[in-house]
Amino acid sequence: MFLRLLSDIQWRAAHPTWRRMTSSQRSSSTTAEPQPVALPAQAQVVICGGGVMGTSVAYHLSKMGWKDIVLLEQGRLAAGTTRFCAGIVSAARPMSIELKMAHYSNKLYQQLEQETGVQTGYMKTGSISLAQTQDRLISLKRIASSLNVMGIPCEIISPKKVLQLHPLINIHDLVGAMYVPEDALVSSANVSLALATAASRNGVQIHERTCVSHVTIQKGRVTGVETDRGRIQCEYFVNCAGQWAYELGHSGEEPVHIPLHACEHFYLLTHPLKEPLSSSLPTIVDPDGRIYIRNWQGGILSGGFEKNPKPLFTEGRNQLEIQNLQEDWDHFGPLLSALLRRMPGLESLQIMQLVNCPESFTPDMRCIMGESPTARGYFVLAGMNSAGISYGGGAGKYLAEWIVNGYPSENVWPLDLKRFGTLQSSRTFLRHRVMEVMPLMYDLKVPRWDFQTGRQLRTSPLYDRLDAQGARWMEKHGFERVKYFVPPGNDLLDLDHSKTFYKPDWFDIVGSEVKCCKEAVCVIDMSSFTKFEISSTGDQALESLQYLFSNDLDVPVGHVVHTGMLNENGGYENDCSIARLSKRSFFMISPTDQQVHCWTWLKNHLPDDSNLVLEDVTWKYTALNLIGPRAVDVLSELSYAPMTAEHFPSLFCKEMSVGYANGIRVMSITHTGEPGFVLYIPIEYALHVYNEVMNMGQKYGIRNAGYYALRSLRIEKFFAFWGQDLDAFTTPMECGREFQVKLDKGMEFLGQEVLLEQKQNGVYKRFTMFILEDHDTDMDLWPWWGEPIFRNGRYVGKTTSSAYSYTLERHVCLGFVHHFDEQTGEKLVVTTDFINQGEYEIDIAGQRFQAKAKLYPFSSLFTQRRRKDEVELSGYQRE
Amino acid sequence: MLAASCCDRRMCVCPGPRRIAIPVRSSRLPLLSDAMPAPAHLFPLIRNCEISRIGSTACYCHHRHLCCLSSHFAHSHFRYAPQKKFAALYRPKEHFNHFIHTRDYASTPQRFYLTPSQVNSILKANEYSFKVPEFDGKNVSSVLGFDSNQLPANAPIEDRRSAATCLQTRGMLLGVFDGHAGCACAQAVSERLFYYIAVSLLPHETLLEIENAVESGRALLPILQWHKHPNDYFSKEASKLYFNSLRTYWQELIDLNSGETTDVREALINAFKRLDNDISLEAQVGDPNSFLNYLVLRVAFSGATACVAHVDGVDLHIANTGDSRAMLGVQEEDGSWSAVNLSYDHNAQNEREVERVKMEHPKSEEKSLVKQDRLLGLLMPFRAFGDVKFKWSIELQKRVVESGPDQLNDNEYTKFIPPNYHTPPYLTAEPEVIHHRLRPQDKFLVLATDGLWETMHRQDVARIVGEYLTGVHHQQPIAVGGYKVTLGQMHGLLTERRARISSVFEDQNAATHLIRHAVGNNEFGTVDHERLSKMLSLPEELARMYRDDITIIVVQFNSHVIGAYQDEEL
Repeated sequence: MFLRLLSDIQWRAAHPTWRRMTSSQRSSSTTAEPQPVALPAQAQVVICGGGVMGTSVAYHLSKMGWKDIVLLEQGRLAAGTTRFCAGIVSAARPMSIELKMAHYSNKLYQQLEQETGVQTGYMKTGSISLAQTQDRLISLKRIASSLNVMGIPCEIISPKKVLQLHPLINIHDLVGAMYVPEDALVSSANVSLALATAASRNGVQIHERTCVSHVTIQKGRVTGVETDRGRIQCEYFVNCAGQWAYELGHSGEEPVHIPLHACEHFYLLTHPLKEPLSSSLPTIVDPDGRIYIRNWQGGILSGGFEKNPKPLFTEGRNQLEIQNLQEDWDHFGPLLSALLRRMPGLESLQIMQLVNCPESFTPDMRCIMGESPTARGYFVLAGMNSAGISYGGGAGKYLAEWIVNGYPSENVWPLDLKRFGTLQSSRTFLRHRVMEVMPLMYDLKVPRWDFQTGRQLRTSPLYDRLDAQGARWMEKHGFERVKYFVPPGNDLLDLDHSKTFYKPDWFDIVGSEVKCCKEAVCVIDMSSFTKFEISSTGDQALESLQYLFSNDLDVPVGHVVHTGMLNENGGYENDCSIARLSKRSFFMISPTDQQVHCWTWLKNHLPDDSNLVLEDVTWKYTALNLIGPRAVDVLSELSYAPMTAEHFPSLFCKEMSVGYANGIRVMSITHTGEPGFVLYIPIEYALHVYNEVMNMGQKYGIRNAGYYALRSLRIEKFFAFWGQDLDAFTTPMECGREFQVKLDKGMEFLGQEVLLEQKQNGVYKRFTMFILEDHDTDMDLWPWWGEPIFRNGRYVGKTTSSAYSYTLERHVCLGFVHHFDEQTGEKLVVTTDFINQGEYEIDIAGQRFQAKAKLYPFSSLFTQRRRKDEVELSGYQRE
Repeated sequence: MLAASCCDRRMCVCPGPRRIAIPVRSSRLPLLSDAMPAPAHLFPLIRNCEISRIGSTACYCHHRHLCCLSSHFAHSHFRYAPQKKFAALYRPKEHFNHFIHTRDYASTPQRFYLTPSQVNSILKANEYSFKVPEFDGKNVSSVLGFDSNQLPANAPIEDRRSAATCLQTRGMLLGVFDGHAGCACAQAVSERLFYYIAVSLLPHETLLEIENAVESGRALLPILQWHKHPNDYFSKEASKLYFNSLRTYWQELIDLNSGETTDVREALINAFKRLDNDISLEAQVGDPNSFLNYLVLRVAFSGATACVAHVDGVDLHIANTGDSRAMLGVQEEDGSWSAVNLSYDHNAQNEREVERVKMEHPKSEEKSLVKQDRLLGLLMPFRAFGDVKFKWSIELQKRVVESGPDQLNDNEYTKFIPPNYHTPPYLTAEPEVIHHRLRPQDKFLVLATDGLWETMHRQDVARIVGEYLTGVHHQQPIAVGGYKVTLGQMHGLLTERRARISSVFEDQNAATHLIRHAVGNNEFGTVDHERLSKMLSLPEELARMYRDDITIIVVQFNSHVIGAYQDEEL
């Protein structure tokens, strides 16, 4: 069977015209008979979508030994976006997980032709990313640093060297470039066909011209797929429907929200040059000109990401295959200008075609993979932001691992479908947001930028009050949060001019907020945090939580416990604070973007018991964080209750009255290690309590503060934040939180075995704090995150977050240190001595700065005495 | 500032000796030379040469100063008489040549020009756009939205504009107001007129409801939803006074209850007349608050024209008083644009108007009524709000001025009685109302003060706005097809297409786009940046000589909805 498929594909690939003529007579690629092969009645996995994603998932699943797989394609294999894809496989990606996926894809495609016999057109040409500005060069240098430590060859080259590599380029306006010699070109359709061929050999059934109408879900599990050719029962469904994934997700009775939206994407094909271009000429990416240029059959292929994208299919329009949409030369004009400016010699080159090929984009420019939070067994892999061919191999592999093992082999949280809630799947939101995202592909990405569209969706009741006081906002999970407050008369730069890799313009503003937190008292609105209540009629709540959390939750009522929610490998699925409200009910606070993930995890792990109630109360409470030594005074004056440490010790929770309002949940935590309280206020009292606090606080020098101040405080205190520093591959042992693990709490809990093992044998990475020594805050590039860490000149890991500490007057970076064996590269146990005995450097865009490593925070920063195990080491925020 | 703004080209009533404020000028000289080295000061050279010019030609007629009747008339005649239009166009150039000549001595001549972005920031400073909100993705209103903008020539600008949606009845109100002898009257009319119109349109029950609410101190039903640019202000101090007058009006309407449904035409006429009457009365009665007292007098002694559109479904009513103008942009079947006037100018060029004025006064006055194309030889518009100098009896004027505040008495203008003033009133605020049923081919409405119509023909206005609104869509898309086209050829073609529409792209606002053309058009009818830059860089004192305040509202109609109305009727 597979041989026939193979020859069929090859033959048709060589004769595309025949394919069009006879397509009406032929319905399936797996048979030459006029009647298509009947669909099986059931399968373990049904994959919808025969593009590079679907075939890659099928390929990897079958490689991992799963055979009972059906792949359905509504048209023909590789006929959608995949067919029109420009075919550039590039590892030059800013995010480490994306970089890994692209690197794997490249290796996979390289050997694919040999493995399958299908010509993939693989050609290792290399790629050159050009920089027209110094800022662009910095961003390239940052990518180069992370490529190098990954073992991917990459160098920053001069404009002259660019000319040597590619003779057509005008280099007069360039300041430098990045050369990645191993980047490649492929024919994406053929890659997809090759993957399908290999999968088919391994037993995957492929059915073309089969349309999935919807997926049936019962009791939160996938049970089958309805197609226009009948029903298939299945355990797993994989939605790889590309730009139709959103619609397909919404087609069932229980919608699965997959936030992506298509935009038109244009590229130009030309006839060959008089002297045809060599097929080994490197691909050019000119992000400042918003274009890419590759060689194509002796001519060029050039497209780009324009400033004014044209979104389409907002209302959803299904069609069998994506027809070649209208060419729009006026729209392409600016990109054509950029192309001729970059390669003036092409003026006389003849146009062959302007291709209009829709691509799907996601709200945060990262692809979407993972399991639906509402339907188990419903997996998604889509929204590639026009890097589908680069990610195809790696993304397919991770998703296959996820399906087979229950989790992928890398931390894919940044790509996890569960990072979105239902709120990101409004059509209007998506339409507006992708119009911002698409130009962003080639915009300069500096630290701390925020999306400007689709904002002001979820807000605190205090939004207007804070805004009127000069608040500047960022967004997390749709929730507006204050970055900092601009004092009256203090104008900051406008958005475009404030982009910098160096010291930002808000430096002094945040500095004064931090100072106020240290010396007086500040208020930060933290309403965005995810808040759950878990209660039961008997001991079910306590028993279930004891199993799901590593710390001991059987504490007296009114105590707050910081604890990780670990998976069976001991890694952090969530990091939260839990207050015991009564014998049988608990109040749980987790990071903002945990709303969907944590809910799903709890739903999947809590016993199905009607006496055990889990409720999301995020919207019910406004949280005000009072940070600073005078918080005690403000609160005791407002409540007529003593708030000193004797009466209200740290990590304590009590319902009390504040001002006229009653029933305010006050907790003596601040998420920063500074003294203070968080007030959980029923929203109708929010304005009242805020006003009272501000009025009463005046005499104690109270002021508003934002998250940037909070971040600086938590990082200088060496607090790890979930999502930024902590992930599902990090255990409490690896980040110095043994004290939050009660191995002997007399009850088994998730991840216990791994933690026990680590306690005995040691850990293979260690969360470490670095203080930059010879870094000039005013003149040098600022660290962000993802900077390589070098120990005695050897790469040992990457930073995960960084901030300027106004107390230390130094930059502080947090990151993980590994111990790689010098010969084999094997990971060895990291000991305290190993950390302490090294000389460290942090690489910021190619420049190395000396750093001092510390495993414990500066004790001198702690002004209050606390029990060691009560030291608050938790927090929830990511930039 | 009353002294400074009393003399403009609409009404030049300055008796007595020429008063050029030479002391003020000379005292400014050192100030200016101080400012000169500062790079932030954009046009020191103009100011400087202007001063030297004033020094040498000591009696140049300057609009912002009181000046002699004869010289001013000579000048006004020269500029504004239609048959002398070409001469008027040439004058600015002479001055510019003069400046440019002076400029040669400067070491940094490029400072003379405004950059395109400076030009844009001047043009866009007052622009405002309103889009009728869509519900459920559909706009059921016959109006898609409007763009408006103003470009001042006077300082402060004497034009005003208003736009509002009627909340208790259907329809939308839009208006432009051109003030003269100061901006007080135009300001008051822009704040108040729509309330008078809205109240005139209200059914009896709603009036009762509102009156009861006021009586019992309950919250009022909102009558209008304003669509204002931040620069369009309302006078806080006078709001109580204005409200009381308005309330008296609706109380009378309640008492008069005719039971008939309100006719829009009548409502408009009544509202105009009533407001003018209230302005006049308020000035006669005065106010115990000295600030308000002075304000109501300034309002009454200054004047304003008004051109107001009321759009409700396919019914468009234009009420016009004075020489602002409403024009409908119609798209013919072949896609070309034509203009339909929806108002008549009330000035000396309108024979019917001249007839009307003559009819209203004894034959003996026939010769003195209209002189030099002006009413009583003074006023250009033949209908206007305020301007009690042309409405009140001499006795009343004298009484009010004498009992009025000192500022009024010190003012030459208010004391001055127009010549040949025998049978007042000579002026009315009663509008002419034109009704038009909108058709699908009626794409937009332009309301503009005469500052625009002086510089542009309505046909050009229709074409420029029409092409702007349809924008680039009008251009055929390019397809390569089977032709042999090189990248360079395509690039050239696209650049040319872009250039053609670049001035369209520059503006997000149709009114701004129109102003750009009105001020910057060269002899070929395209925007000349150099000319635009020169016109906009004129110092305050000179700007008024080369252009008038321009205020424009462009209302865009919703052809689909209008088409649907038509279909319903068929």
